[in-house]
Amino acid sequence: MPKDGDIKSGIGASSKRREDIRFLTGAGNYTDDMNMRGQAHVFFLRSDIAHGTINSLDTSAAAAMPGVVQIFTGAEFEAVGSIPCGWEVTDKHGAPMQEPRHPVLAEGKVRHVGEPIAAVVAESLAEARDAAEAIVVDISELPAVVNMKDALKDGATKVHDDLTSNLCYDWGFVEENKAATDAAFETAHHVTTLDLVNNRLVANPMEPRVALGDYSRADDQHTLYTTSQNPHVIRLLMGAFVLGIPEHKLRVVAPDVGGGFGTKIFHYQEEAFCTFAAKACNRPVKWTSSRSEAFMSDAHGRDHVTTIQLALDKDNNFVALRTDTQANMGAYLSTFASSVPTWLHGTLMAGNYKTPLIYVNVKAVFTNTVPVDAYRGAGRPEATYQIERVIDMAARELGVDPIDLRRQNYVTEFPYATPVAVEYDTGDYHATMDKLIEIGDFAGFDARRKASEAKGKWRGLGINNYIEACGIAPSNLVGQLGARAGLYDAATVRVNATGSISVMVGAHSHGQGHETSFPQVVAEMIGIPEDQIDIVHGDTSKIPFGMGTYGSRSLAVCGSAMVRATEKIIAKSKKIAAHLMEASDMDVELKDGVFSVAGTDKSVAWGDVTLAAYVPHNYPLEEIEPGLEETAFYDPSNFTYPAGAYACEVEVDPDTGKVTIERFSAADDFGNVINPMIVSGQVHGGIAQGVGQALLEGCSYDDNGQLLTGSYMDYAMPRADDLPFYAVDHSCQTPCTHNPLGVKGCGEAGAIGSPPSVVNAVIDALNSGGKKVAHIDMPLSPDRVWNAINNA
Amino acid sequence: MAQVKMTVNGKAASGEVEGRTLLSSFLRDSLFLTGTHVGCDTSQCGACVVHVDGVAVKSCTMLAAEAEGAEVSTIEGQAAPDGTLNTIQQAFQDHHGLQCGFCTPGMVMTTAALLKDNPKPSEQEIREHLEGNICRCTGYHNIIKAILAASGQDVSALAAE
Repeated sequence: MPKDGDIKSGIGASSKRREDIRFLTGAGNYTDDMNMRGQAHVFFLRSDIAHGTINSLDTSAAAAMPGVVQIFTGAEFEAVGSIPCGWEVTDKHGAPMQEPRHPVLAEGKVRHVGEPIAAVVAESLAEARDAAEAIVVDISELPAVVNMKDALKDGATKVHDDLTSNLCYDWGFVEENKAATDAAFETAHHVTTLDLVNNRLVANPMEPRVALGDYSRADDQHTLYTTSQNPHVIRLLMGAFVLGIPEHKLRVVAPDVGGGFGTKIFHYQEEAFCTFAAKACNRPVKWTSSRSEAFMSDAHGRDHVTTIQLALDKDNNFVALRTDTQANMGAYLSTFASSVPTWLHGTLMAGNYKTPLIYVNVKAVFTNTVPVDAYRGAGRPEATYQIERVIDMAARELGVDPIDLRRQNYVTEFPYATPVAVEYDTGDYHATMDKLIEIGDFAGFDARRKASEAKGKWRGLGINNYIEACGIAPSNLVGQLGARAGLYDAATVRVNATGSISVMVGAHSHGQGHETSFPQVVAEMIGIPEDQIDIVHGDTSKIPFGMGTYGSRSLAVCGSAMVRATEKIIAKSKKIAAHLMEASDMDVELKDGVFSVAGTDKSVAWGDVTLAAYVPHNYPLEEIEPGLEETAFYDPSNFTYPAGAYACEVEVDPDTGKVTIERFSAADDFGNVINPMIVSGQVHGGIAQGVGQALLEGCSYDDNGQLLTGSYMDYAMPRADDLPFYAVDHSCQTPCTHNPLGVKGCGEAGAIGSPPSVVNAVIDALNSGGKKVAHIDMPLSPDRVWNAINNA
Repeated sequence: MAQVKMTVNGKAASGEVEGRTLLSSFLRDSLFLTGTHVGCDTSQCGACVVHVDGVAVKSCTMLAAEAEGAEVSTIEGQAAPDGTLNTIQQAFQDHHGLQCGFCTPGMVMTTAALLKDNPKPSEQEIREHLEGNICRCTGYHNIIKAILAASGQDVSALAAE
């Protein structure tokens, strides 16, 4: 492979991002920047009680307040569908998961702090907020279930009266492996057991959610502008399942979106409300979330409580792994909540290792908390954290080097069928570990540790591997597993008469730089400059039916659709060129934007061919249609499997328990890379989120279900002075074998790969200081570390 | 409602505001300068930073009425009239110092204030100065690099990407 900097355009070039110009000049068009003539504003009155029965709701005084247009309560939405869950998980006994109704506005009960009870539509947001304060709500408070263990006890208060218990499902995977796995533990030479918590997080994209509903009575047309990662998914879920609007009467637009990280995948009540209210009020209705609302209404992430066990033989080979997890669903099932602890978590429990027997049990639990769903990595960080922490703990118990223990158990032959139902196509885990040791300067660690010790600090080095699965597919398989959607993507390549190209894609860019990287691919294929190609995304009225952006799928799935559509364009344009050159299309070559006939001096430029397609005077009309526009849908045959090795070096202040990140290194294998600059940026951001989880972030509730971390005053976001420069490398490349670009996906790697190495490093530091600490739960705040030191 | 008058990006601007109207709301809703973003409600995230009389201010934490008669500059006034990016903006593009772009206006305005007071800040000084600006996308690596580059410092020793 050429070095990153050597490539100036097309695939492999660090092309500067064209979208930056508007973002750097204040010319971005985020949903809250849009305002419509006659627009009203909505403010949601949200429950400040975690669990209670609504006895009465008196809106009469509020309705008389200045500027109020209309006030809505749950009664107006009783005939409307439930906010749907997109994945039905079947439990280990063959029964479907318990699936409660999820109303747009609370019906009879409130089940978490932040649940919308009423909505006030008024001329201004200030008037709506003032009027909401005049609504008289009488709620009888009920005991709240917050802790999953308590929620599963016999006789526990039920979050949903119409369900048999708070257990959503009890999932076993692979059930047929359970007996053999248990038997392997009976005869194992060594068993390491670790109880751990994967802390609840709040995704916190910097742009809070916004929804703006519009309705045109003249043509019965609804439009929803929303902060979404996947406008077609919202159109399908909201149109078909909630509001009953036929899709040709519903347009969903997600313009510039200020970060997603998973929490903008889901269909939320506020979107359905604004769409509904725009028709009911016959004027546009806009909702802009405050950050405080975001903390109690955006779906949260993680929140798993796990016991993991690793069995080893006398030679330190992994012989079996089993894990028992409780996964918090919150009060309702968010769009993909049920799939995260199961198919996105259990299938990754082999990690990078050839452990022959694995059994995963997951109990999903309803509690009186905000719904929990996918957050950057979604299930895969939870799997990686368990595996990489228990391996480190085993190495420490056995007195062996943690790198050597990993290396001896690596999967080294591909394709590799894991015991948890997936097949890794390619990888080279030794190569990424070798690269990590180099870029992390492991050779210099001892000297750095001595320097830290001279300052009275303890220094630790923690490493881990990770593997993830991107581009969930194929659709027929995920359908069998309970997905209520297809997971293909789509692209339309529209070549204009003068040769420029618009590519309409189902993927959505909310920070990933698709407007720059996707044209690099088409430019490379045709041999024309990148600036001749533009990407159109985020508007269901303009793009083909694609499934959007999440799970690091954009390039691997939608990019593949774009390649297939471009291949169709090239095949057709060769036929036109052959006609113009009076040759056979079999002999026509396309290189650098010029068609030529092999072995002759005949050639015709790209622009001449495209013009002929639209001005077909000299054109084989009897054989092919005029025009040059092709669409392709692409459904992958397998996941892609990015993998890598990460290292963190920390200093711990033994007097305060304060941890500082001194170095962070990441060696990733993403397969082929389109834009190295953008890929590195994705890894940087993922690392910061993973370090945030490991050291700073933790969403907390008290025993009554009150949210204790409801703002940036009490939820610790990573800031610039919490983090170092990172060393990242993606030169180890084993291309994916089953998509046309050989790409694997890079969006979530950093967030998946970084938390275990941070914790491993802190444990290493404490042990270097003579403190026999085996584990500390995240976030490793100074008080937790200080207590671990002082209780060791 | 009261009338406020101020100069925004060199042009006279005025409007009717309530006493409680925030400067960020006035800029966004009355003047349609939507480049100033609001990312929180506790004066923590810094997406709303503008300059008032040359000082970096979180416009979500200042009343519009308090800016009466002031010189306000926002992200929309940073590029040259022909659209050419200023040094800071160009460094952010060159070094991939932004992803989703939502925190970016505040980052650029905060950087401008920093470099006015401290033309060659160290990495640590930059990190500490950005304490009031949160970015969720970049992990700050390329923001710090862009600011070092914008201040004319050599960043070639940092990773090529």
